[in-house]
Amino acid sequence: MSAAADLAQPSRVDRAWQVLAGVLDPEVPALSVCELGIVRDVIDRDGELEIVLTPTYSGCPATEMIERNVLAALDAEGLMPARATLRRAPAWTTDWITGAGRRKLREYGIAPPGPVARQEGVPVRFVRRDAAIACPRCGSRETERISAFGSTACKALYRCLACREPFEHFKPI
Amino acid sequence: MQTASEIDAGIAVQYLLRIGDTALIQAQRLAEWCGHAPALEEDIALSNIALDLLGQARAVLTRAGTVEGRARDEDQLAFLRDEREYRNVTLVELPRGDFAVTMARSAMLAIFFKLLWQRLAGSSDAELAAIAGKAVKEARYHRQHAADWVVRLGDGTGESRRRMEAALQELWPYTAELFADDEIDRHAAATGLGPRWSELEAAWRGEMESILAEAGLQAPAATPFLSTGKRGLHSEHMGYILAELQYLQRAYPGGVW
Repeated sequence: MSAAADLAQPSRVDRAWQVLAGVLDPEVPALSVCELGIVRDVIDRDGELEIVLTPTYSGCPATEMIERNVLAALDAEGLMPARATLRRAPAWTTDWITGAGRRKLREYGIAPPGPVARQEGVPVRFVRRDAAIACPRCGSRETERISAFGSTACKALYRCLACREPFEHFKPI
Repeated sequence: MQTASEIDAGIAVQYLLRIGDTALIQAQRLAEWCGHAPALEEDIALSNIALDLLGQARAVLTRAGTVEGRARDEDQLAFLRDEREYRNVTLVELPRGDFAVTMARSAMLAIFFKLLWQRLAGSSDAELAAIAGKAVKEARYHRQHAADWVVRLGDGTGESRRRMEAALQELWPYTAELFADDEIDRHAAATGLGPRWSELEAAWRGEMESILAEAGLQAPAATPFLSTGKRGLHSEHMGYILAELQYLQRAYPGGVW
């Protein structure tokens, strides 16, 4: 193969990123694993692709499913051999969710997380009564929290006092 | 004859098992509430917290198995050890009790874990430090949830206050074990693996007392009693937990997901 042809072809790493952009998070199937910010790196190790993932929560049961889905998607595009590895540090934060990811969350009915407040030195004795979480349906900021925990580790339950609809909020972490 | 490095690894494993087993057994106790909590929101909250603790336990037990070097993975450590090989503090194996007992213990544990993970984030063991960097965020959230309830029950009705007071009386003697140092702690501190747990006591006590003050409660007086779970000598409740926890692996040895 000529050098020019090489340049014209996207590398396996680039193609892997394209494939990963289409792999949805199994618990929030509105956004991809890339938009969620859990794909930390894609490395070509002498022909084998290494997909570096970071877990959202220590006990997130979707972590293993995401690994399987990622490898299945790469396999379907003929990008094997590949393996998924776990990188714990630095710990995942909702600040890594992309702008498009936040928009898709809102469209899906989940209020996206705000920026993570600095925790050190702040006296956080009780669950904060987060003010002004906007309702993803009507946009009203007249909302209240029903529960600090939701259907998955990453979410809390809210309700809108304007349109009266319950909704989920992606907790900033 | 063991070499010096084998002895070092053995002590590090003990230190890791104390952390991993305490998270594991607390997760198991909290999971007992699944389907039984007083309100749906609390059912979900306790299951979520249990899941975080289970995830932390999995990571730490995996690390313990690696350091041990005997090819035992998280499942073998969680499901195939006998009672005296578990190194959790006795506090977590006590029966779940009523909702007040569960919340009082959850507050005690979450504050302890938050302080411990904060220190472990600087561990000389990079893997343990990475696990701690994630877990500290979770412990902080657990702490807020439990503190909310300690205040709500303590400063609530006559009945809720009576129950929270009884919970504190029941559990408090077992908190001494959290901060009772031994050679494992000293070795961990000397190698930079983690702090001596006694170093966390002053901050733990300060946080507990400020929550109790908010709730209009007082910390019970200290007693000479010292439980011994982290040395492998457990209460009469531990065997029953393991009977449930280990049932599948004991009934179907080697079964995998």
